[in-house]
Amino acid sequence: MSKKVLVLAETREGSLRNVSFEAIAAGKMIADGGEVISVLIGNGITDVVNELVAYGADRVITVEDAKLEQYSSDGFSQALLAVIEQENPEGIVMGHTSLGKDLSPKLASRLNSGLVSDVTAIEADGDSPKFIRPIYSGKAFEKKVIKDGLTFITIRPNNIPALEKEDGRSGDVSSVSVDITDLRTIIKEVVRKATDGVDLSEAKVIVAGGRGVKSEDGFKPLKELADLLGGAVGASRGACDADYCDYSLQIGQTGKVVTPDLYIACGISGAIQHMAGMSNSKVIVAINKDPEANIFKVADYGIVGDLFDVVPLLIEEFKKVKVS
Amino acid sequence: MNIYVLMKRTFDTEEKISVSGGKIAEDGAEFIINPYDEYAIEEAIQLKDAHGGEVTVVSVGDEETEKQLRTALAMGADKAVLINIEDDVDMTDEFSIAKILSEYLKDKDADLIIGGNVAIDGGSGQVAPRVADYLNIPYVTTITSIKIDGEKVEIVRDVEGDSETIETSLPLLVTAQQGLNDPRYPSLPGIMKAKKKPLDEIELDDLNLEEDDVEPKTETVEIYLPPAKEAGRILEGEVDDQVKELVQLLRTEAKVV
Ligand SMILES: Cc1cc2nc3c(=O)[nH]c(=O)nc-3n(C[C@H](O)[C@H](O)[C@H](O)COP(=O)(O)OP(=O)(O)OC[C@H]3O[C@@H](n4cnc5c(N)ncnc54)[C@H](O)[C@@H]3O)c2cc1C
Ligand SMILES: Cc1cc2nc3c(=O)[nH]c(=O)nc-3n(C[C@H](O)[C@H](O)[C@H](O)COP(=O)(O)OP(=O)(O)OC[C@H]3O[C@@H](n4cnc5c(N)ncnc54)[C@H](O)[C@@H]3O)c2cc1C
Repeated sequence: MSKKVLVLAETREGSLRNVSFEAIAAGKMIADGGEVISVLIGNGITDVVNELVAYGADRVITVEDAKLEQYSSDGFSQALLAVIEQENPEGIVMGHTSLGKDLSPKLASRLNSGLVSDVTAIEADGDSPKFIRPIYSGKAFEKKVIKDGLTFITIRPNNIPALEKEDGRSGDVSSVSVDITDLRTIIKEVVRKATDGVDLSEAKVIVAGGRGVKSEDGFKPLKELADLLGGAVGASRGACDADYCDYSLQIGQTGKVVTPDLYIACGISGAIQHMAGMSNSKVIVAINKDPEANIFKVADYGIVGDLFDVVPLLIEEFKKVKVS
Repeated sequence: MNIYVLMKRTFDTEEKISVSGGKIAEDGAEFIINPYDEYAIEEAIQLKDAHGGEVTVVSVGDEETEKQLRTALAMGADKAVLINIEDDVDMTDEFSIAKILSEYLKDKDADLIIGGNVAIDGGSGQVAPRVADYLNIPYVTTITSIKIDGEKVEIVRDVEGDSETIETSLPLLVTAQQGLNDPRYPSLPGIMKAKKKPLDEIELDDLNLEEDDVEPKTETVEIYLPPAKEAGRILEGEVDDQVKELVQLLRTEAKVV
């Protein structure tokens, strides 16, 4: 049975995050031929609506207000509830991002609905779609269904592929106005530490360093390799705690959960809390001087050796093949 | 200050996980306080030391959960409450657990409720914000610092590596992120004292709840381990050759660059 599905679009510094397009793709699977409506919440953000249509949204609804310039659970839930009241959707999809994790349980509680969080794959062949999600820090998976009522999920970024972009597509764009009141949490200051360049959670290639990198300077070759491959630099908690890099680079249970095509772990032992954030990567390369290191258990390819020898050689070799 | 901590007893996911009969096998498994809830307990104790009041740790669980609740008492919490659902409920989900906790908390006049940002086994991160919504109080997730001055609260929260400073007020619910503090180990005197501290056990009946009221809205139809990964290939030979081979493999076999 076809369903009407709302999907939340998420922006970062004025641009749409990829997970917004992935959510549209997930929305289509749940909609089963029904309408997929992207909802964009913020202030002065409407210039990106066409992109949502190009990625498959049948319609776009915007909610704009000065009070929605920054995220708050109160403000964004009021905005979404107004859209929900107007549209009566049978499904909702958002990213399992910082914002989605914060907002979705509140909304589910408001709507008295079930919610399946952190979905990495959807089986939509039968009547009720089945949602697959990692549990036990990524050591197992569960398949879940929502028994009745609203089909509400959050999706892990970089797992459900976005649809092909089609620039000529057309879709209706409308807006809903809401009187945003009573914000009980106010953002006073945001300190952006997150990396310049490629967004870690969306990067196709990640070169990550651990305590084995030994210093802030030690990260330089990793950065060079990442740049060469069009990727981003990540880190383990060990490297962050030792002050070799900023916490915004941290990958794992406490940090970012990433699923790149290629993950190169340099001087990282492979603690479960780190693996929870990267074990779903498509191809994992481990460079570690300890042949017993845990990271080799999840690695597709491993080099037992000193990263300070291996990484510069890798850079050289990639440069060679790039030229040829 | 009247502080409540939401504590979950979890699998130690550092241990081996196996599946039998469609469930994660529990025999021989290690159980711990969810690590993010340890930060919550520690913060509650520190806030009580600074502002006075009382710390109550609440858990929905079974008889086995007493052990982790005693540990929380040994760390320095004043009271523990076990909501034992073993005999009343077969299936639960995030909604069920949040509803049970909310019904317990609704008449407790909590100034502050602290939970973990995520349970390392279930991993949904839903329970605490659902509780806050149910109680109609504001909440802030993944916090790394909290300062309380009268009713006013200033919080720093982690947002994918960025940090946000938030102003809000009591009553409030927050969830702990790593970095909030360094949880203490229970001391020997702490462990002795904990034996005499109150650990109440209640059931759904005591909350005027029936099994139907907490019927889950989602259902797990299958649990499985990830397909065993083929043993990775450890390259051999001189470092130069290993690097050449790796680049070759990434281009032709894995096709990722
Ligand atoms: C509640 C909780 C949450 C956590 N969350 C996270 C998280 O989100 N992310 C995370 O990463 N960790 C997390 N941790 C920490 C985690 O348990 C580990 O302590 C951490 O991942 C270790 O970092 P590491 O691998 O860099 O350091 P180590 O374990 O010290 O490993 C360093 C590795 O470098 C190798 N090495 C040293 N020198 C060289 C060299 N020259 N060349 C090659 N290899 C070398 C060593 O052989 C070793 O294997 C968490 C812990 C807790 C308790
Ligand atoms: C006794 C018991 C029986 C269960 N039976 C089933 C079952 O039959 N089928 C099934 O699928 N699942 C079952 N579960 C799992 C349960 O449904 C999930 O643990 C629950 O939905 C919480 O989700 P989560 O683990 O993702 O926690 P999260 O939402 O990730 O937890 C975040 C935070 O919420 C708080 N919190 C979470 N759980 C509790 C709790 N129990 N008590 C106090 N605070 C808590 C903690 O502060 C925690 O850090 C059972 C759990 C328990 C404790």
